[in-house]
Amino acid sequence: MLQSFMYIQQEINAFMKPYLEFKSVRKTFPGVVALNDVSFQVAEGSVHGLIGENGAGKSTLLKILSGAYYPTSGEIFIDGKIKDFHNTKDALDAGVAVIYQELNLIPEMTVAENLLLGHMPTKSGFLDRKEMNKIAEGELKFLLENISPDMKIKELSIGQRQMIEIGKALLHNARIIAFDEPTSSLSSREIKQLYKIIKELKDKGHSVIYITHRMEEIFDICDEVTVFRDGEKIETFSDMTAVDHDILVNKMVGRSIEDIYSYRPRTHGEVVLDVKDLMGTGLSEPFSLTVRKGEIVGFFGLVGAGRTEFLKLLYGAEKKVSGTTFINNKEVNILSPSKAIKEGMALCPEDRKDEGIIAVRSVDENISISVRRHFNKFGIFLDRKKETENTNSFIKKLDIKTPSKDQMVGNLSGGNQQKVILARWLGENINVLLMDEPTRGIDVGTKNEIYKLMYNLADEGKGIIFVSSDLPEVLGVADRIIVMREGKFVESVDRDDASQEIILSHALPINN
Amino acid sequence: MVSKTMKLNIKINNKFLKSLWESSGMIIIYLGLFIVLSIFVPYFFTVRNMVGLALSVSMVGMVAMTMLFALASGDFDLSVEAIVAFSGVTAAMVINSTGSILFGIIAGIIGGGVIGLLNGIIIAKAKINALITTLAMMQIVHGLAFIVSGGSAVGISDARFFVLGNSRMLGIPNPIWITIIMFIIFGVLLNRTTYGKNTLAIGGNIEAARLAGINVDRIKIIIFTLQGSMAGFAGVVLASRMTSGQPNTSVGFSLDVISACVLGGVSLSGGIAPIAGAIVGVLIMGTIQNAMNLMNIPAFYQYVVRGLILLIAVLIDQLKQRKRN
Repeated sequence: MLQSFMYIQQEINAFMKPYLEFKSVRKTFPGVVALNDVSFQVAEGSVHGLIGENGAGKSTLLKILSGAYYPTSGEIFIDGKIKDFHNTKDALDAGVAVIYQELNLIPEMTVAENLLLGHMPTKSGFLDRKEMNKIAEGELKFLLENISPDMKIKELSIGQRQMIEIGKALLHNARIIAFDEPTSSLSSREIKQLYKIIKELKDKGHSVIYITHRMEEIFDICDEVTVFRDGEKIETFSDMTAVDHDILVNKMVGRSIEDIYSYRPRTHGEVVLDVKDLMGTGLSEPFSLTVRKGEIVGFFGLVGAGRTEFLKLLYGAEKKVSGTTFINNKEVNILSPSKAIKEGMALCPEDRKDEGIIAVRSVDENISISVRRHFNKFGIFLDRKKETENTNSFIKKLDIKTPSKDQMVGNLSGGNQQKVILARWLGENINVLLMDEPTRGIDVGTKNEIYKLMYNLADEGKGIIFVSSDLPEVLGVADRIIVMREGKFVESVDRDDASQEIILSHALPINN
Repeated sequence: MVSKTMKLNIKINNKFLKSLWESSGMIIIYLGLFIVLSIFVPYFFTVRNMVGLALSVSMVGMVAMTMLFALASGDFDLSVEAIVAFSGVTAAMVINSTGSILFGIIAGIIGGGVIGLLNGIIIAKAKINALITTLAMMQIVHGLAFIVSGGSAVGISDARFFVLGNSRMLGIPNPIWITIIMFIIFGVLLNRTTYGKNTLAIGGNIEAARLAGINVDRIKIIIFTLQGSMAGFAGVVLASRMTSGQPNTSVGFSLDVISACVLGGVSLSGGIAPIAGAIVGVLIMGTIQNAMNLMNIPAFYQYVVRGLILLIAVLIDQLKQRKRN
């Protein structure tokens, strides 16, 4: 670690010299601008936080830095030299390492093998295990206690694995280390260890980029913070004492909460959906629920609380163990999605790409997939004219941005893909609409359109259940909030009684 | 250098050419190939050779129509070659024992259909990979063909049965007519019915299709049942042409059919299946084989050439997919 002494020396000489610089970086995808003219600098030996809502452009920026995306225009400078990353190897060679939420380790291989993957030491052509363990041990001493190089990755906790990733980056001589939401699955002790390591990296002159959703972490660890919104850099704060939580939130959101959600109260009719003791995989006890006509019920909980599983059981996509469902006071035995649709219940799935759209088929086919059965001639032959009419009317009504109805859905932006899925169901005679994370990864403007659509459907007397991990969204859109925790129903809170603190206190696990 | 700029110009300036290439690249390649062969290979462009060529690809063409559906749904079927052999033998035995040609034909088709149904049920309900299922089924059915026939060809005594495979209508042999009719029927099924659209949807994204209310299992079972029936029918036609049911025929036929489809732009990952492309793929394979025969290229080399063509086709498919992403 002779190098590190040299770096400390350098650091004293050139504190806060910009080491990494983004200059007018822009990235577009078909139909969407993901990053627009973003410029900012990261100093040597500093931790630079990036914050913004989902879809604000942080991840795109990280992918450009790691060589996974190539910018549409703009430049990256490292140590004053312009860099051109065509793939992730280019970035690694230039000393950039990105530590993603999903770690890239091989569970069945040992710690030492993972650390030295790709450049394991050899002796006359054979693996030099002794040397390998020595190098690994040297690295581990800095990162972790009580881990031997011979342990398999699968024996380590998530936090420990993350440390191994950091070790990999350091062995690659990475000078820039970017973290993408590193604490999302760490325990509080592991977070402390991570902070300690990040501080040491900083002291050694590394530049650290730190993306997080947790505001308090920004104040815990960052020297500077840059706020992103809708693909643009809003502002960089270099003096952390000059900002507080509210200022950052304001910059992130850019408008008042009421503007985004544009909630409007409405009256609720009779019970449209009545679920009694629904039970199945993912739930830890039977679940009952009623939804009235015109009511929007928001489901909140942590990842793994059982919200998605509940929707899938209700929709017949997963096999239920028990439970009865009534729609408009009629008992319906829903055993498959096709039965659910026939009974007037539809689902917009959580994972748009894997469960929602059929990317290689056209907008037209994606919208017509279910509703075409109403148009069919002799039960099997397509009525193309009616399908086209239906598709075109929804493209117009929902303002789906597509060159034509024949465009492949995979080429549309996330928001427009979500609209396509909604259009799929609006042609059906729906009583209950289930929406799982309907606005994830969608820009704020389109989010607002989707909320308005939800209100319109509710006005028409439909019952809506929506699951979201975005707490302000749940608070802003739902008439009533159901909180789930560890596969159980915890609490039902009316809109007027709800606040971030109340909902979170129900959602968070109880520590004994 | 010059060629590079030229390529770039064509790429950017000619949107029309680009879309033509996207939609019917293989057809253009085939036309070019056809013209070149007509000019340079003697006897290639003669009525006699053209009919011979069409006849030689008629079997692959027929089964390619149903294989297209299997591929479109993201699966494939290796058992068709065994079904062809089994159904031929079955048809021959039934004709010989009952004296009814109709019974023989029906027995061949239903025999194939039942095997396809089993494939479909195992793949859809037991969720076993189509590769393993149909590979196992291929061996089982091949074995059955040998068991039923006693290991040797089953000669057919009733000459009226040979009309199916050997007679001509308007100068064109019956198997070619059958292939054309199948092409029309399955073209309509693919593009004009919910069955076709649902098949493509399943291949494009099986989970999304299921959540959109498509009965995925049922569609898969229909696909494989039709596939088996078609292979059974092809076996009957082949038996008619050869005037006997032969248990050891058609080795490697399944891969020929899949190759032809892929060559025609049918995506191996499912969801994209141009039926005209499949026919062109069948024709490209047949035409190259035909030309190689006319040029007296030894059979050993022909294998190498066919393998290379398939590799190139798959590479093109891969490039197209990368562009899509």
